[in-house]
Amino acid sequence: MAGRTSSSRGMSKTDRATVRKAKVLSGASMKRGARVKAGARDRGLTLLPKAKLLEIMDLMVKSRVLEERLIKVYKTGDAFFWIGGPGEEAFGVSLGMHVDKGHGPAHDFLHLHYRCTPTLIAMGMPMIDSLRLIMNRATDPSTGGRNFANHYCFPKWNVVPVSSPIEVQYGMAVGTGLAQRRRRLAGEKSGVSIITGGDAGTAEGDFASCLIWSSRPGAELPMYITVQNNKWGISTSFDAQHGEKHIADRGKAFGIRTSVVNGNDPVEAYLAIEQDLAYIRKTGRPVLTEFMVSRLYGHSSASGANREAGEDCVETFEKRLVDARMIPATHVKELWQKYDDESRAAAEQVRSEPVPTPESVWEHVYVGSENGDWRKF
Amino acid sequence: MANMAQAIRMALHYGEKNLGVTDVFGEDVGAPLGGVFTATQGLETAWNSPLDERGIISAAIGLGLAGDRCVAEIQFADYIFNTIDLLKIAGNTLWASNGQYNVPIVVMTPVGAGIRGSIYHSHSFDAWATRLPGWKVVLPSTPLDAYGLMISAIQDPNPVLFLKPKALMRVRGDELIPGEPADEKELKAMIDAPIGDRSKWKPRWPELSEFAIPIGKGKLVREGTDITVVSYGRTMPLCVKAAEKMGAQGVSVELIDLRSLYPYDWTMIRESVQKTGRVLFVNEDTEVTNFGEHLAYRVTQELFYELMARPKVLAGKNLPGIGLHPHLEEASVPHLEDIEHAMAEVLAEVP
Ligand SMILES: Cc1ncc(C[n+]2csc(CCOP(=O)(O)OP(=O)(O)O)c2C)c(N)n1
Ligand SMILES: [Mg+2]
Repeated sequence: MAGRTSSSRGMSKTDRATVRKAKVLSGASMKRGARVKAGARDRGLTLLPKAKLLEIMDLMVKSRVLEERLIKVYKTGDAFFWIGGPGEEAFGVSLGMHVDKGHGPAHDFLHLHYRCTPTLIAMGMPMIDSLRLIMNRATDPSTGGRNFANHYCFPKWNVVPVSSPIEVQYGMAVGTGLAQRRRRLAGEKSGVSIITGGDAGTAEGDFASCLIWSSRPGAELPMYITVQNNKWGISTSFDAQHGEKHIADRGKAFGIRTSVVNGNDPVEAYLAIEQDLAYIRKTGRPVLTEFMVSRLYGHSSASGANREAGEDCVETFEKRLVDARMIPATHVKELWQKYDDESRAAAEQVRSEPVPTPESVWEHVYVGSENGDWRKF
Repeated sequence: MANMAQAIRMALHYGEKNLGVTDVFGEDVGAPLGGVFTATQGLETAWNSPLDERGIISAAIGLGLAGDRCVAEIQFADYIFNTIDLLKIAGNTLWASNGQYNVPIVVMTPVGAGIRGSIYHSHSFDAWATRLPGWKVVLPSTPLDAYGLMISAIQDPNPVLFLKPKALMRVRGDELIPGEPADEKELKAMIDAPIGDRSKWKPRWPELSEFAIPIGKGKLVREGTDITVVSYGRTMPLCVKAAEKMGAQGVSVELIDLRSLYPYDWTMIRESVQKTGRVLFVNEDTEVTNFGEHLAYRVTQELFYELMARPKVLAGKNLPGIGLHPHLEEASVPHLEDIEHAMAEVLAEVP
C-alpha cells in the first residue's frame, strides 16, 4: 500500500507539518497491514481514543451488515438491482464521521457515488431507509421508489442526488463549492463540498474539470475531492488503462494538496480525512485524496454480487481490536447479531410498505408538480 | 429601441439587482468582452469561466442545488452537445429526488443560422431542447420578448433553456422595454461598452422595471382567417414578411409566435387552427424528429376533422451541417420564398 504522499507546493509551515505527521501515521499503518500478533503493540490503535475506535467499528459493522442485507434482499427477488459499498467501510465511515451535517452552503455538501452506504450510516441514516430505496417503495425518502439502490438523496444533510452517470458529481460539486466560497468571502459560515467516486471514472473529463475549476488562481474552492481506488471499473483493471502512478498525482499539476491513503485502515483514513478537512476549512483550498479500497462483492448484482477476494477492512479492524483486547470477541459477535436482527426486521417491514402509484409518474416534473404533460397544455 | 443583445443585458441586470441572480458566467461572458454577442457587458455578477462546457453546466447545476441563482452561457449552441447528459440531469433531478431538489438555473445559448456561421456556428437546438423533460424552453424573436422571457426564466424554480436567435441579436425591436430611453443613441451611450480600453468603464443602467412574459404563452402577431402559421426565433420575422406579402394578395394569415417551446401554448394554436383549418409550422432545426412535427402530430390527432388541409412542417433540411457559401446556407434552412411557397401549398389544398 502506498504511503501518504503529498505535494508541498504552496503550503504553509503548518501544512508541511501536517503532511509530515501524516507520513508518520502511514508508516504505522503499513506495519499494521501485516498481521498483528496477539499481545503485540498495535501503534495505530494508540492514535485515536478507544471510544472512537469502538464507534468506528460499530458503524463499519452496521454498514457491512446492511449491505449484506441489501444483497440478500436482491437475491431473494425483493429488489431489481444491487450496487453498493462493501469493502469501503473504513474510508466511508470515517468520512461520514467528519461531515458538518446540515442544509445549505453553511454546511458540507456531499456529492457521492453509489458505494456511499458507510458514509450515510455514519451520518445517522436509519438502515430501513436504505431498504426502502432498494425495494423501490413509495416510502423511500431518497427517490420515492424511482431510483437504484444506494442512489441516496437527503436534502436535510446536503446529500444531493446520487445519479448513475459516472463522474458528473465532480463537476457539480464545483457549483456548491462556488456558493460556499461566496459565503466564506462574505465572512459567513460555510462548509466544504465533498466528492466521492471510483478510480475508473477519473478518466472522464469531469474529473479534469473538477481539478481545473477548483484551483483557478485566486478563486480556489473549498472542495474535498476524493477517489476510492478499488482498481476496477466493472471488469476493466485500472492498471491496464492508467499510466499515472497515482490518480492523486494529477492534482499536483494544479498546486492542489494531494495524498494517497490506505483506505482499508480506518485509523489512517480517519486521521487523513480529519487533516484534509481541517486544511480545507482553514484555507478554503481544494484537496485531492486517493483512498485505496477493496470491492468485496464485485461490481454489482449484474456480476452476481458474490463475495470476492480482497482485504476485508471490517474483518481486519475487528481482529486488531480483539487482539489488542479493546473488545471481547463475544461482543463483536453480538454486534453483528444486533445489526443483522435490525436489518432483517427492517426488510420485513418494508415488504409491507406501499409502492408508488402509476399516476405518480407526472409528479415533480416541475416544482410544485406544475403540469409537465403536453396533453394537458 | 434596444436590440436583443441589449434587452437580454438589461434583463440580466434587472435580475442581479432585483431577482437574486448571483452569477452570470461562461466563456468570455465577463469583462472585458461581455459575451461574443455583448449580451453580458457591464454586469456586476458576470465572470469568465474556463473553456469547458461540461464544467459550465455542471457548475450551474451545483449552484442551483446550493440555492444560488445563476445564468450560465454556452457560447454557441453548436458546443452544447457534449453537455447533453448534464442537461438530462438538470432536467431529472427534481423528479429523481421525488420533488426534493430543484435546479433553478437558466442556461442561455445562441442558436441557428443567418450570420454566415458555417458548419459550427449555425446549429439549432430547439428540437433537442424539447427532448429534455424537466426543462422549460424559450426562444424569443423580439427584444421585448427576450427581456420579458429572461425575467421569467430567472424567476422560474425549474431549469430554463433560453435559446437566443443569433441572427436577431442586433435587430432592433419596435416596442420599448419598460424604463428604456426612447432614443437608442442614448441607450447605447449608457450601456454599450466602448471600443478600446474598458477597464474604467461602468454602465449607467436605466431605471428598469419588472416586465415578465409568462413562459408557456404564445403571441398572436397577426390575426387572420385563411391559414395559421406558427413559428419562433429567427424564422419568425420571415413569416411576418411572408404574411404581409400574402396579405397583399388577399390572403388572411394568422401568425403565432410560439416564444415558449415547452410548455407551449396549445390553446392559442388550437383556437387558431379551429378557425382557419390550415396550419404551417416553420422553424430552422433539421426536419427529421423536428419539434414542428410534434405540433403537427397533435393537430392531426386532436383537430383532424376540423382541418381543410394536411398540416405542414417547413424546417431545415436533414443535413449534417450548414455550408458557408450563401447558396449552401439558403438551400439548407427556410427562407422567405420557401415560406411563401409552403403557405401557398397548404392554401391550395382542397379537402
Ligand atoms: C458515464 C457512464 N459511463 C458508463 C457507465 C456504466 N458504469 C457504471 S459503473 C462503471 C465503472 C465505474 O468504475 P469506477 O469509477 O472505478 O467505480 P467503481 O464501480 O469501481 O466504484 C461503469 C462503466 C456509467 N454509469 N456512466
Ligand atoms: Mg473502481
